[in-house]
Amino acid sequence: MNYFFHLGRYWQFLRLLINKPEKFSIYLKLFFREMDAVGFSSLGIVAITSIFMGAVITIQTVYNLVNPLVPLWAVGVVTRDSIIIEFSPTMISLVLAGKVGSSIASEIGTMRVTEQIDALEIMGINSSGYLVLPKLFAAVLIFPFIVIISMFLGIAGGWVAGDLSGVISSAEFIRGAQDSFVPFNVTFAMIKTVTFGFLIVTISAYQGFYTTGGALEVGQSSTKAVVFSSIMILVFDYILTQLILA
Amino acid sequence: MIELKNISKSFGSKAILENISAGFEKGKTNLVIGGSGSGKTVLMKCMVGLLEVNSGEVFFDGRNFSSLSFKERKPFRQEIGMVFQGGALFDSLNVERNVMFPLSMFTDMTDAEKRDRANDCLKRVNLINVTKLFPSELSGGMKKRVAIARAISPTPKYLFFDEPNSGLDPQTAILIDNLIKEITEEYQTTTVINTHDMNSVLEIGDKIIFLHEGKKWWEGSNREITASNNNELKNFIFASKILRELMEKN
Repeated sequence: MNYFFHLGRYWQFLRLLINKPEKFSIYLKLFFREMDAVGFSSLGIVAITSIFMGAVITIQTVYNLVNPLVPLWAVGVVTRDSIIIEFSPTMISLVLAGKVGSSIASEIGTMRVTEQIDALEIMGINSSGYLVLPKLFAAVLIFPFIVIISMFLGIAGGWVAGDLSGVISSAEFIRGAQDSFVPFNVTFAMIKTVTFGFLIVTISAYQGFYTTGGALEVGQSSTKAVVFSSIMILVFDYILTQLILA
Repeated sequence: MIELKNISKSFGSKAILENISAGFEKGKTNLVIGGSGSGKTVLMKCMVGLLEVNSGEVFFDGRNFSSLSFKERKPFRQEIGMVFQGGALFDSLNVERNVMFPLSMFTDMTDAEKRDRANDCLKRVNLINVTKLFPSELSGGMKKRVAIARAISPTPKYLFFDEPNSGLDPQTAILIDNLIKEITEEYQTTTVINTHDMNSVLEIGDKIIFLHEGKKWWEGSNREITASNNNELKNFIFASKILRELMEKN
Protein backbone atom coordinates (compact mmCIF):
# COMPACT_ATOMS: atom_id res chain seq x y z
CA MET A 1 0.00 0.00 0.00
CA ASN A 2 2.87 2.30 0.83
CA TYR A 3 4.16 2.04 -2.75
CA PHE A 4 0.76 3.12 -4.12
CA PHE A 5 0.76 6.08 -1.73
CA HIS A 6 4.18 7.20 -2.98
CA LEU A 7 3.22 6.59 -6.60
CA GLY A 8 0.10 8.76 -6.19
CA ARG A 9 1.97 11.50 -4.38
CA TYR A 10 4.78 11.41 -6.96
CA TRP A 11 2.17 11.87 -9.70
CA GLN A 12 0.62 14.82 -7.84
CA PHE A 13 4.12 16.26 -7.38
CA LEU A 14 4.70 16.07 -11.15
CA ARG A 15 1.39 17.85 -11.77
CA LEU A 16 2.44 20.65 -9.39
CA LEU A 17 5.52 21.23 -11.55
CA ILE A 18 3.38 22.14 -14.53
CA ASN A 19 2.45 25.67 -13.56
CA LYS A 20 3.13 28.99 -15.17
CA PRO A 21 6.41 30.36 -13.77
CA GLU A 22 5.96 33.43 -11.55
CA LYS A 23 8.71 35.22 -13.45
CA PHE A 24 10.28 33.67 -16.52
CA SER A 25 13.55 35.64 -16.25
CA ILE A 26 14.19 34.25 -12.74
CA TYR A 27 13.58 30.69 -13.91
CA LEU A 28 15.91 31.26 -16.85
CA LYS A 29 18.70 32.41 -14.52
CA LEU A 30 18.15 29.36 -12.34
CA PHE A 31 18.16 27.14 -15.43
CA PHE A 32 21.64 28.33 -16.43
CA ARG A 33 22.91 27.90 -12.86
CA GLU A 34 21.51 24.37 -12.79
CA MET A 35 23.13 23.55 -16.14
CA ASP A 36 26.41 24.00 -14.34
CA ALA A 37 25.32 22.26 -11.13
CA VAL A 38 23.77 19.17 -12.70
CA GLY A 39 25.85 19.04 -15.86
CA PHE A 40 29.27 20.61 -16.19
CA SER A 41 30.29 19.89 -12.62
CA SER A 42 29.80 16.16 -13.34
CA LEU A 43 32.13 16.08 -16.35
CA GLY A 44 35.16 14.99 -14.31
CA ILE A 45 33.63 11.85 -12.87
CA VAL A 46 31.91 11.09 -16.18
CA ALA A 47 35.24 11.33 -18.03
CA ILE A 48 37.07 9.03 -15.61
CA THR A 49 34.22 6.48 -15.57
CA SER A 50 33.92 6.49 -19.38
CA ILE A 51 37.63 6.08 -20.13
CA PHE A 52 38.04 3.12 -17.76
CA MET A 53 34.73 1.62 -18.84
CA GLY A 54 35.88 1.63 -22.49
CA ALA A 55 39.28 0.23 -21.55
CA VAL A 56 37.78 -2.65 -19.57
CA ILE A 57 35.23 -3.48 -22.29
CA THR A 58 37.99 -3.71 -24.94
CA ILE A 59 40.30 -5.89 -22.86
CA GLN A 60 37.49 -8.18 -21.66
CA THR A 61 36.11 -8.57 -25.18
CA VAL A 62 39.53 -9.57 -26.50
CA TYR A 63 39.91 -11.99 -23.57
CA ASN A 64 36.55 -13.61 -24.33
CA LEU A 65 37.05 -13.73 -28.10
CA VAL A 66 38.16 -17.33 -28.49
CA ASN A 67 36.55 -18.16 -31.84
CA PRO A 68 39.23 -17.94 -34.54
CA LEU A 69 36.52 -17.26 -37.17
CA VAL A 70 35.69 -13.92 -35.59
CA PRO A 71 38.23 -11.30 -36.68
CA LEU A 72 40.01 -9.28 -34.00
CA TRP A 73 38.72 -5.98 -35.39
CA ALA A 74 35.23 -7.06 -34.21
CA VAL A 75 36.42 -5.94 -30.78
CA GLY A 76 36.13 -2.36 -32.05
CA VAL A 77 32.52 -3.00 -33.14
CA VAL A 78 31.60 -4.59 -29.81
CA THR A 79 33.26 -1.83 -27.78
CA ARG A 80 31.60 0.93 -29.81
CA ASP A 81 28.11 -0.59 -29.74
CA SER A 82 28.26 -1.63 -26.07
CA ILE A 83 29.28 1.87 -25.11
CA ILE A 84 26.75 3.65 -27.32
CA ILE A 85 23.75 1.44 -26.67
CA GLU A 86 24.22 0.49 -23.04
CA PHE A 87 27.22 1.58 -21.07
CA SER A 88 27.25 5.33 -21.70
CA PRO A 89 23.53 6.05 -21.27
CA THR A 90 22.90 3.59 -18.45
CA MET A 91 26.16 3.52 -16.50
CA ILE A 92 26.63 7.26 -16.71
CA SER A 93 23.02 7.81 -15.64
CA LEU A 94 23.65 5.57 -12.63
CA VAL A 95 26.74 7.62 -11.82
CA LEU A 96 24.70 10.82 -12.23
CA ALA A 97 21.94 9.39 -10.02
CA GLY A 98 24.59 9.06 -7.31
CA LYS A 99 26.12 12.47 -7.79
CA VAL A 100 23.29 14.71 -8.98
CA GLY A 101 20.38 12.79 -7.39
CA SER A 102 21.81 12.83 -3.89
CA SER A 103 22.72 16.49 -4.24
CA ILE A 104 19.19 17.44 -5.35
CA ALA A 105 17.53 15.42 -2.58
CA SER A 106 19.76 16.81 0.15
CA GLU A 107 19.46 20.40 -1.12
CA ILE A 108 15.66 20.32 -1.30
CA GLY A 109 15.41 18.21 1.88
CA THR A 110 17.48 20.73 3.81
CA MET A 111 15.32 23.55 2.46
CA ARG A 112 12.25 21.65 3.66
CA VAL A 113 13.46 21.02 7.22
CA THR A 114 14.79 24.58 7.61
CA GLU A 115 11.39 25.95 6.47
CA GLN A 116 12.84 27.61 3.34
CA ILE A 117 10.19 25.85 1.24
CA ASP A 118 7.47 27.15 3.59
CA ALA A 119 8.97 30.62 3.16
CA LEU A 120 8.63 30.29 -0.64
CA GLU A 121 5.02 29.14 -0.33
CA ILE A 122 4.13 31.97 2.05
CA MET A 123 5.34 34.40 -0.62
CA GLY A 124 2.93 32.82 -3.11
CA ILE A 125 5.59 30.98 -5.10
CA ASN A 126 4.94 27.51 -6.50
CA SER A 127 7.82 25.99 -4.55
CA SER A 128 8.00 22.70 -6.43
CA GLY A 129 8.04 24.48 -9.78
CA TYR A 130 10.60 27.03 -8.63
CA LEU A 131 12.94 24.43 -7.15
CA VAL A 132 12.54 21.55 -9.57
CA LEU A 133 11.61 22.86 -13.02
CA PRO A 134 14.97 24.58 -13.75
CA LYS A 135 16.81 21.45 -12.57
CA LEU A 136 14.58 19.23 -14.71
CA PHE A 137 15.03 21.26 -17.91
CA ALA A 138 18.76 21.59 -17.26
CA ALA A 139 19.16 17.84 -16.76
CA VAL A 140 17.04 16.84 -19.74
CA LEU A 141 19.00 19.23 -21.95
CA ILE A 142 22.52 18.70 -20.64
CA PHE A 143 22.54 14.93 -19.93
CA PRO A 144 22.52 13.98 -23.65
CA PHE A 145 25.63 16.14 -24.21
CA ILE A 146 27.33 14.50 -21.23
CA VAL A 147 26.48 11.06 -22.57
CA ILE A 148 27.78 11.94 -26.04
CA ILE A 149 31.06 13.08 -24.45
CA SER A 150 31.06 9.83 -22.48
CA MET A 151 30.64 7.83 -25.72
CA PHE A 152 33.65 9.49 -27.31
CA LEU A 153 35.77 9.08 -24.20
CA GLY A 154 34.67 5.47 -23.72
CA ILE A 155 35.58 4.47 -27.27
CA ALA A 156 38.83 6.44 -27.01
CA GLY A 157 39.60 4.71 -23.69
CA GLY A 158 39.06 1.31 -25.32
CA TRP A 159 41.24 2.23 -28.27
CA VAL A 160 44.13 3.52 -26.11
CA ALA A 161 43.92 0.63 -23.61
CA GLY A 162 43.82 -1.96 -26.40
CA ASP A 163 46.84 -0.41 -28.08
CA LEU A 164 48.85 0.16 -24.89
CA SER A 165 48.24 -3.34 -23.57
CA GLY A 166 48.99 -4.82 -26.99
CA VAL A 167 45.79 -6.91 -27.16
CA ILE A 168 44.56 -5.17 -30.31
CA SER A 169 46.37 -2.85 -32.65
CA SER A 170 45.24 0.71 -33.18
CA ALA A 171 44.48 0.06 -36.86
CA GLU A 172 42.30 -2.99 -36.13
CA PHE A 173 40.37 -1.22 -33.37
CA ILE A 174 39.67 1.79 -35.61
CA ARG A 175 38.59 -0.46 -38.46
CA GLY A 176 36.11 -2.17 -36.15
CA ALA A 177 34.89 1.09 -34.62
CA GLN A 178 34.07 2.39 -38.13
CA ASP A 179 32.40 -0.81 -39.34
CA SER A 180 28.62 -1.09 -39.83
CA PHE A 181 27.73 1.90 -37.69
CA VAL A 182 23.96 2.24 -37.03
CA PRO A 183 23.05 5.91 -36.37
CA PHE A 184 19.75 4.89 -34.75
CA ASN A 185 21.75 3.46 -31.83
CA VAL A 186 22.73 7.01 -30.90
CA THR A 187 19.09 8.14 -31.16
CA PHE A 188 18.07 5.23 -28.92
CA ALA A 189 20.78 6.19 -26.42
CA MET A 190 19.53 9.78 -26.38
CA ILE A 191 15.93 8.66 -25.77
CA LYS A 192 17.18 6.61 -22.83
CA THR A 193 19.32 9.45 -21.49
CA VAL A 194 16.48 11.99 -21.56
CA THR A 195 14.18 9.49 -19.78
CA PHE A 196 16.82 8.72 -17.16
CA GLY A 197 17.50 12.44 -16.63
CA PHE A 198 13.79 13.01 -16.04
CA LEU A 199 13.67 10.10 -13.57
CA ILE A 200 16.79 11.17 -11.65
CA VAL A 201 15.64 14.76 -11.13
CA THR A 202 11.97 14.09 -10.36
CA ILE A 203 12.55 11.11 -8.04
CA SER A 204 15.34 12.87 -6.15
CA ALA A 205 13.37 16.12 -5.89
CA TYR A 206 10.32 14.16 -4.70
CA GLN A 207 12.37 12.49 -1.96
CA GLY A 208 13.78 15.85 -0.85
CA PHE A 209 10.50 17.74 -1.10
CA TYR A 210 8.64 15.42 1.26
CA THR A 211 11.40 15.14 3.84
CA THR A 212 10.21 15.56 7.42
CA GLY A 213 12.38 15.79 10.51
CA GLY A 214 16.00 16.88 10.62
CA ALA A 215 19.51 16.11 9.44
CA LEU A 216 19.09 12.34 9.82
CA GLU A 217 16.00 12.32 7.60
CA VAL A 218 17.72 14.53 5.00
CA GLY A 219 20.46 11.87 4.80
CA GLN A 220 17.85 9.14 4.48
CA SER A 221 16.06 11.03 1.71
CA SER A 222 19.33 11.42 -0.13
CA THR A 223 20.01 7.67 0.10
CA LYS A 224 16.45 6.83 -1.01
CA ALA A 225 16.83 9.23 -3.95
CA VAL A 226 19.90 7.35 -5.21
CA VAL A 227 18.41 3.89 -4.58
CA PHE A 228 15.03 4.57 -6.21
CA SER A 229 16.52 6.54 -9.12
CA SER A 230 18.96 3.68 -9.81
CA ILE A 231 16.23 1.04 -9.65
CA MET A 232 13.96 3.04 -11.93
CA ILE A 233 16.81 3.64 -14.39
CA LEU A 234 17.30 -0.13 -14.67
CA VAL A 235 13.54 -0.78 -14.96
CA PHE A 236 13.11 1.84 -17.68
CA ASP A 237 16.27 0.62 -19.41
CA TYR A 238 14.55 -2.72 -19.84
CA ILE A 239 11.19 -1.19 -20.81
CA LEU A 240 12.71 1.12 -23.45
CA THR A 241 14.92 -1.63 -24.85
CA GLN A 242 11.90 -3.92 -25.12
CA LEU A 243 9.73 -1.21 -26.70
CA ILE A 244 12.25 0.22 -29.14
CA LEU A 245 14.70 -2.54 -30.02
CA ALA A 246 12.71 -5.75 -29.62
CA MET B 1 -7.87 42.56 10.99
CA ILE B 2 -7.60 38.78 11.03
CA GLU B 3 -10.48 36.73 12.35
CA LEU B 4 -10.46 33.04 13.21
CA LYS B 5 -13.81 31.28 13.42
CA ASN B 6 -14.00 27.85 15.07
CA ILE B 7 -10.68 26.56 13.76
CA SER B 8 -10.10 22.84 14.31
CA LYS B 9 -7.17 20.83 13.08
CA SER B 10 -6.15 17.26 13.69
CA PHE B 11 -3.43 14.94 12.41
CA GLY B 12 -5.00 11.51 12.04
CA SER B 13 -6.98 10.87 15.19
CA LYS B 14 -4.96 13.36 17.24
CA ALA B 15 -6.70 16.70 17.69
CA ILE B 16 -4.20 19.57 17.71
CA LEU B 17 -6.57 22.55 17.65
CA GLU B 18 -10.15 22.54 18.89
CA ASN B 19 -12.65 25.19 18.00
CA ILE B 20 -10.39 28.24 18.20
CA SER B 21 -11.96 31.65 17.58
CA ALA B 22 -10.09 34.91 17.92
CA GLY B 23 -9.62 38.34 16.36
CA PHE B 24 -6.29 40.09 15.70
CA GLU B 25 -6.36 43.83 15.16
CA LYS B 26 -4.49 46.03 12.71
CA GLY B 27 -1.57 48.11 14.01
CA LYS B 28 -1.30 45.99 17.17
CA THR B 29 1.03 43.21 18.25
CA ASN B 30 -1.14 40.16 18.77
CA LEU B 31 0.47 37.33 20.70
CA VAL B 32 -0.39 33.66 20.72
CA ILE B 33 1.19 32.12 23.79
CA GLY B 34 1.30 28.62 25.21
CA GLY B 35 3.72 25.87 26.13
CA SER B 36 5.55 23.64 23.68
CA GLY B 37 3.05 21.39 21.89
CA SER B 38 0.08 23.62 22.70
CA GLY B 39 -0.68 24.12 18.98
CA LYS B 40 0.69 27.63 18.41
CA THR B 41 2.73 26.81 15.30
CA VAL B 42 -0.07 24.67 13.82
CA LEU B 43 -2.51 27.55 14.38
CA MET B 44 -0.17 29.97 12.63
CA LYS B 45 0.38 27.56 9.72
CA CYS B 46 -3.40 27.19 9.41
CA MET B 47 -3.80 30.98 9.37
CA VAL B 48 -1.30 31.45 6.53
CA GLY B 49 -2.52 28.40 4.59
CA LEU B 50 0.55 26.19 4.99
CA LEU B 51 -1.80 23.69 6.62
CA GLU B 52 -5.45 23.16 5.72
CA VAL B 53 -7.95 23.41 8.56
CA ASN B 54 -10.36 20.51 9.19
CA SER B 55 -13.12 22.96 10.00
CA GLY B 56 -13.50 26.67 10.61
CA GLU B 57 -12.63 29.79 8.67
CA VAL B 58 -9.87 32.40 8.53
CA PHE B 59 -10.82 35.93 7.44
CA PHE B 60 -8.32 38.57 6.35
CA ASP B 61 -10.11 41.93 6.46
CA GLY B 62 -13.40 40.17 5.81
CA ARG B 63 -12.05 37.99 2.98
CA ASN B 64 -12.47 34.29 3.61
CA PHE B 65 -8.96 32.91 3.04
CA SER B 66 -9.78 29.29 3.87
CA SER B 67 -12.37 29.00 1.09
CA LEU B 68 -9.90 30.06 -1.63
CA SER B 69 -8.23 27.61 -4.00
CA PHE B 70 -4.43 27.29 -4.33
CA LYS B 71 -4.42 29.63 -7.35
CA GLU B 72 -6.79 32.15 -5.78
CA ARG B 73 -4.56 32.36 -2.71
CA LYS B 74 -1.50 33.29 -4.75
CA PRO B 75 -2.07 37.08 -4.98
CA PHE B 76 -3.37 37.03 -1.42
CA ARG B 77 -0.13 35.53 -0.14
CA GLN B 78 1.80 38.48 -1.47
CA GLU B 79 0.13 40.56 1.26
CA ILE B 80 1.53 38.21 3.91
CA GLY B 81 5.01 38.31 5.42
CA MET B 82 6.24 35.61 7.74
CA VAL B 83 9.34 35.26 9.88
CA PHE B 84 10.10 31.67 10.73
CA GLN B 85 11.68 30.36 13.91
CA GLY B 86 15.07 29.77 12.29
CA GLY B 87 14.78 32.69 9.87
CA ALA B 88 14.38 30.39 6.82
CA LEU B 89 16.78 32.52 4.78
CA PHE B 90 17.77 31.09 1.41
CA ASP B 91 21.24 29.60 1.84
CA SER B 92 22.25 30.17 -1.78
CA LEU B 93 21.53 33.92 -1.70
CA ASN B 94 23.41 36.64 0.14
CA VAL B 95 21.65 38.97 2.58
CA GLU B 96 20.83 41.59 -0.04
CA ARG B 97 19.51 39.00 -2.50
CA ASN B 98 17.41 37.40 0.24
CA VAL B 99 15.72 40.72 0.99
CA MET B 100 15.34 41.51 -2.71
CA PHE B 101 13.87 38.07 -3.44
CA PRO B 102 10.12 38.82 -3.02
CA LEU B 103 10.58 42.03 -5.03
CA SER B 104 12.35 40.14 -7.83
CA MET B 105 9.56 37.58 -8.00
CA PHE B 106 6.55 39.86 -7.94
CA THR B 107 7.46 43.38 -9.00
CA ASP B 108 8.83 45.01 -12.12
CA MET B 109 11.28 47.15 -10.13
CA THR B 110 14.72 47.64 -11.65
CA ASP B 111 17.74 46.09 -9.95
CA ALA B 112 18.76 49.48 -8.56
CA GLU B 113 15.28 50.09 -7.14
CA LYS B 114 15.19 46.65 -5.56
CA ARG B 115 18.66 47.16 -4.07
CA ASP B 116 17.60 50.54 -2.63
CA ARG B 117 14.48 49.02 -1.10
CA ALA B 118 16.47 46.09 0.34
CA ASN B 119 19.02 48.45 1.87
CA ASP B 120 16.22 50.59 3.35
CA CYS B 121 14.69 47.50 4.95
CA LEU B 122 18.06 46.36 6.27
CA LYS B 123 18.67 49.81 7.74
CA ARG B 124 15.21 49.64 9.32
CA VAL B 125 16.25 46.48 11.19
CA ASN B 126 19.58 48.09 12.14
CA LEU B 127 21.72 45.99 9.84
CA ILE B 128 24.40 47.65 7.76
CA ASN B 129 27.53 46.33 6.05
CA VAL B 130 26.20 42.77 5.90
CA THR B 131 24.62 42.88 2.45
CA LYS B 132 27.20 40.62 0.82
CA LEU B 133 27.31 38.05 3.63
CA PHE B 134 25.59 34.68 3.29
CA PRO B 135 23.17 33.31 5.93
CA SER B 136 25.79 30.84 7.19
CA GLU B 137 28.00 33.80 8.14
CA LEU B 138 25.35 35.50 10.31
CA SER B 139 24.56 35.18 14.02
CA GLY B 140 21.11 34.03 15.17
CA GLY B 141 19.95 37.58 15.91
CA MET B 142 21.20 38.86 12.57
CA LYS B 143 19.40 36.05 10.75
CA LYS B 144 16.14 37.01 12.47
CA ARG B 145 16.63 40.66 11.52
CA VAL B 146 17.38 39.78 7.88
CA ALA B 147 14.25 37.60 7.89
CA ILE B 148 12.24 40.56 9.22
CA ALA B 149 13.75 42.79 6.50
CA ARG B 150 12.77 40.22 3.86
CA ALA B 151 9.25 39.96 5.27
CA ILE B 152 8.68 43.74 5.21
CA SER B 153 10.36 44.43 1.85
CA PRO B 154 7.14 44.01 -0.20
CA THR B 155 5.22 46.08 2.43
CA PRO B 156 2.82 43.35 3.53
CA LYS B 157 -0.49 43.98 5.28
CA TYR B 158 -0.14 40.99 7.56
CA LEU B 159 2.96 39.92 9.46
CA PHE B 160 3.47 36.59 11.22
CA PHE B 161 6.33 35.73 13.54
CA ASP B 162 6.91 32.19 14.77
CA GLU B 163 8.84 32.35 18.03
CA PRO B 164 11.02 35.29 17.00
CA ASN B 165 13.01 35.23 20.25
CA SER B 166 13.85 31.57 20.52
CA GLY B 167 17.56 30.94 20.81
CA LEU B 168 18.44 34.60 21.33
CA ASP B 169 20.10 36.26 24.32
CA PRO B 170 17.79 38.51 26.43
CA GLN B 171 19.17 41.77 25.02
CA THR B 172 18.81 40.69 21.39
CA ALA B 173 15.35 39.33 22.19
CA ILE B 174 14.28 42.75 23.52
CA LEU B 175 15.77 44.38 20.41
CA ILE B 176 13.72 42.08 18.17
CA ASP B 177 10.56 42.70 20.24
CA ASN B 178 10.95 46.46 19.99
CA LEU B 179 11.62 46.20 16.28
CA ILE B 180 8.44 44.18 15.72
CA LYS B 181 6.42 46.68 17.76
CA GLU B 182 7.86 49.65 15.84
CA ILE B 183 7.33 48.04 12.43
CA THR B 184 3.73 47.11 13.32
CA GLU B 185 2.92 50.67 14.28
CA GLU B 186 4.86 52.26 11.43
CA TYR B 187 3.48 50.03 8.63
CA GLN B 188 0.08 49.53 10.34
CA THR B 189 0.28 45.79 9.80
CA THR B 190 -1.82 43.16 11.50
CA THR B 191 0.91 41.33 13.38
CA VAL B 192 0.58 37.91 14.95
CA ILE B 193 3.43 36.51 17.06
CA ASN B 194 3.82 33.02 18.46
CA THR B 195 5.90 33.11 21.61
CA HIS B 196 6.50 31.62 25.01
CA ASP B 197 8.87 34.40 26.00
CA MET B 198 7.39 36.11 29.06
CA ASN B 199 9.32 39.29 28.44
CA SER B 200 7.63 39.65 25.03
CA VAL B 201 4.26 38.90 26.61
CA LEU B 202 4.64 41.66 29.16
CA GLU B 203 6.37 44.20 26.91
CA ILE B 204 4.58 44.05 23.56
CA GLY B 205 1.40 41.99 24.09
CA ASP B 206 -1.34 44.40 22.97
CA LYS B 207 -3.60 41.39 22.58
CA ILE B 208 -2.82 37.92 23.89
CA ILE B 209 -4.49 34.57 23.46
CA PHE B 210 -3.35 31.63 25.56
CA LEU B 211 -3.47 28.12 24.10
CA HIS B 212 -3.31 25.00 26.19
CA GLU B 213 -3.71 21.47 24.78
CA GLY B 214 -5.08 22.88 21.53
CA LYS B 215 -7.80 24.99 23.16
CA LYS B 216 -8.06 28.71 23.81
CA TRP B 217 -8.03 29.17 27.58
CA TRP B 218 -7.68 32.90 27.96
CA GLU B 219 -7.76 36.13 25.97
CA GLY B 220 -6.72 39.62 27.08
CA SER B 221 -3.85 42.12 27.11
CA ASN B 222 -0.47 42.34 28.84
CA ARG B 223 -2.01 44.58 31.48
CA GLU B 224 -4.59 41.97 32.42
CA ILE B 225 -2.50 38.82 32.18
CA THR B 226 -0.81 38.85 35.60
CA ALA B 227 -4.15 39.47 37.32
CA SER B 228 -5.85 36.53 35.61
CA ASN B 229 -7.31 33.79 37.80
CA ASN B 230 -6.98 31.16 35.10
CA ASN B 231 -4.95 28.38 36.72
CA GLU B 232 -3.44 27.03 33.52
CA LEU B 233 -2.35 30.52 32.50
CA LYS B 234 -0.90 31.18 35.97
CA ASN B 235 1.07 27.93 35.81
CA PHE B 236 2.39 28.98 32.43
CA ILE B 237 3.35 32.54 33.34
CA PHE B 238 4.71 31.81 36.78
CA ALA B 239 6.51 28.59 35.92
CA SER B 240 9.59 30.07 37.56
CA LYS B 241 9.59 29.71 41.37
CA ILE B 242 11.45 33.01 41.82
CA LEU B 243 8.88 34.86 39.72
CA ARG B 244 6.01 33.25 41.65
CA GLU B 245 7.54 34.30 45.00
CA LEU B 246 8.12 37.83 43.74
CA MET B 247 4.48 38.10 42.63
CA GLU B 248 3.22 36.76 45.94
CA LYS B 249 5.30 39.35 47.82
CA ASN B 250 3.83 42.15 45.71
